[in-house]
Amino acid sequence: MTEQIDKALAREYEAGFVSDVESETFEPGLDENVIRRISEMKGEPEWMLEWRLSAFREWLEMEEPEWALVDYPKIDFQSISYYSAPKSMKDKPKSLDEVDPELLRTYEKLGIPLIEQQMLAGIAVDAVFDSVSVVTTFREKLEEAGVIFCPISEALHKYPDLVKKYIGSVVPKKDNYYAALNCAVFTDGSFVYIPKGTRCPMELSTYFRINEQNTGQFERTLIIADEGSHVSYLEGCTAPQRDENQLHAAVVELVAMDNAEIKYSTVQNWYPGDENGKGGIYNFVTKRGICHTNAKISWTQVETGSSVTWKYPSCILKGDNSVGEFYSVALTRGRQQADTGTKMIHIGKNTKSTIISKGISAGRSNNSYRGLVRMNPGAEGARNFTQCDSLLIGDQCGAHTFPYVESRNPSAIIEHEATTSKVSDEQMFLCRQRGLDPEKAVSMIVNGFCKEVFKELPMEFAVEAGKLLEISLEGSVG
Amino acid sequence: MSNTKSLLTIKDLHASVEEKQIIKGLDLDIKPGEVHAIMGPNGAGKSTLGYVLSGRDGYTVDSGSVTLDGEDLLEMETEDRARAGLFLAFQYPVEIPGVSNLEFLKASVDAQRQARGEDAITSADFLKEAKAACKQVNLPVAFLKRGVNEGFSGGEKKRNELMQMLLLKPKLCILDETDSGLDIDALQVVAEGVNSQRSADRSFIVVTHYQRLLDYIKPDFVHVLSDGKIVKSGDASLALELEAQGYAWLQKEPAEDELEG
Ligand SMILES: Nc1ncnc2c1ncn2[C@@H]1O[C@H](COP(=O)(O)OP(=O)(O)OP(=O)(O)O)[C@@H](O)[C@H]1O
Ligand SMILES: [Mg+2]
Repeated sequence: MTEQIDKALAREYEAGFVSDVESETFEPGLDENVIRRISEMKGEPEWMLEWRLSAFREWLEMEEPEWALVDYPKIDFQSISYYSAPKSMKDKPKSLDEVDPELLRTYEKLGIPLIEQQMLAGIAVDAVFDSVSVVTTFREKLEEAGVIFCPISEALHKYPDLVKKYIGSVVPKKDNYYAALNCAVFTDGSFVYIPKGTRCPMELSTYFRINEQNTGQFERTLIIADEGSHVSYLEGCTAPQRDENQLHAAVVELVAMDNAEIKYSTVQNWYPGDENGKGGIYNFVTKRGICHTNAKISWTQVETGSSVTWKYPSCILKGDNSVGEFYSVALTRGRQQADTGTKMIHIGKNTKSTIISKGISAGRSNNSYRGLVRMNPGAEGARNFTQCDSLLIGDQCGAHTFPYVESRNPSAIIEHEATTSKVSDEQMFLCRQRGLDPEKAVSMIVNGFCKEVFKELPMEFAVEAGKLLEISLEGSVG
Repeated sequence: MSNTKSLLTIKDLHASVEEKQIIKGLDLDIKPGEVHAIMGPNGAGKSTLGYVLSGRDGYTVDSGSVTLDGEDLLEMETEDRARAGLFLAFQYPVEIPGVSNLEFLKASVDAQRQARGEDAITSADFLKEAKAACKQVNLPVAFLKRGVNEGFSGGEKKRNELMQMLLLKPKLCILDETDSGLDIDALQVVAEGVNSQRSADRSFIVVTHYQRLLDYIKPDFVHVLSDGKIVKSGDASLALELEAQGYAWLQKEPAEDELEG
């Protein structure tokens, strides 16, 4: 255990840290100089710095998007620190005993080993975790299979050609405001490469955590599944309770070559802010994958956290017969706002996409589904099926559905179904009459509502997702 | 009889829904092991009585008292009444999509065990019991995997209610028209289910419109509920009388009561 910590710390030193971590925290503010310093800290190749700078220049010219159904005060990008290290060890838990037991319980259930729990909880190795934010285990076993799974900063040193070839190839630098910002200032994230014909021998997982105050988190993930390969990747996110809002603007790019399959699952539980909407994470994420011939990308997400979510994991179905799937559960409560959905861009022939979105709103929250299905002229015989279901708990919340359909090929078939329901008094009464307390009743009804999505998650994760909903719903029954 | 302790005692109960008074001075006393049939015209307040006793939200008790096993039932939360042994088989069972019958039943049984300070039942043991219960009410075992009442036929829903009763082993079972919508065979299944559960420490309130059910389940008492109160009580033969004559001859009585009061 200590060995791992030492190793991790050593890596920090290599990257240019001095022992006084406090002095390594960047002053809030963003200019080209900050970007140069980030790149220097990471010892990046020159082309990477140039890439960042050009993204930054594009970003300066761009406008913050306002079309989403979310409302939040204007973000002052100059008040954010773009490279985080602990400011003071004082306000951090010294041992696991001081950590919220609920949080520990969740980690435990998520199957995160103790060392990682400590890292997640921000003990001792905080600095490492904050800036590297990737814990990779079982590396040797993966190396045997030829699988590369490492922090993207490390990949830049070890596999610069692969990174250079694919970074920005799915989400272009100026794709959108937050993506451009991420390109300029991203600090770390995961890199995955699965060689041809290889089935990744285990689930790959990453846990992200924002610990520091006043910092933004800009991680970047790049997954390349070479021809005929297969990988399942899990992403878990948590953040401690803070009164200030924190910005999270990640970019995830997936490349599924011919006949490859990528399954990407997320359980996102960023701090959602308190009942009155104070604090919480602003989650502005760009996730997109490209499918070549016969390839398949499947996004599954369970979103329970963040005060504001803006997120549309998408698939570009470029190759013929490729398949895109999006399974989503988004739960909002308190004053949370979520505007989430997907984009399925059908380019190749006989491409297929499935969208199952389950939105649950409680409290005074707002939950929107926004989805685009586009059939390009060449998408002969393409099909999409979309199902959007909303469940309301109480009568002060809102659920909205914004399906956009663009069909430029008459042979393409697009089906859309939408329902809105409430957790009914009758259902609650039945559950309570059988002896269940109201909270258990609601979580059971909600879990039932989400079943179609949960069954897409890897087994252990599905159980956890259910538990997470239960925890998240606590107190939402009046 | 008077020296046995009562299981359920209802005294001068007045209750309303949405400001409308439905139960208008109802008295009933049930001893352990007894089966009471409640009959009466549509809209008399039979289902309402079940809801009031179970503590459904929106049903307010205006006056009167109810005790279960000597405890003040009206003070308890809905789920605590269930845990104290009160079970209601619904006239119109509701669906809970996506929640499997098995999962729902196990959660219910565990909640009740927990309230009694017992450990949760193991999944294997529960599955065994649940399968046996399915068999007893003549539902294929596949129903355990289906969503609670999801897409069940009317009769299947009723049998599902009975299955829940078999697994929860309540002290007081209120069966609200569990016999309506059943085919002849199913009627017998339900009756056998109830008879198999009759015991010295379990009592039943059987709400029904049909004498037929009472041929199979021999009630100790038959009551006629009309306009929110019990207007006539008797033994099993009262049901036969009602079958022959209807309720009209009884419904004058409440009017006379009202004049007096
Ligand atoms: N939510 C409500 N608001 C207003 N009136 C109600 C409400 N619920 C029940 N009632 C009324 O209360 C009365 C009693 O209804 P209840 O369902 O108890 O009758 P019942 O005796 O069970 O009838 P049935 O034999 O048809 O099942 C009816 O007149 C009904 O319309
Ligand atoms: Mg009724």
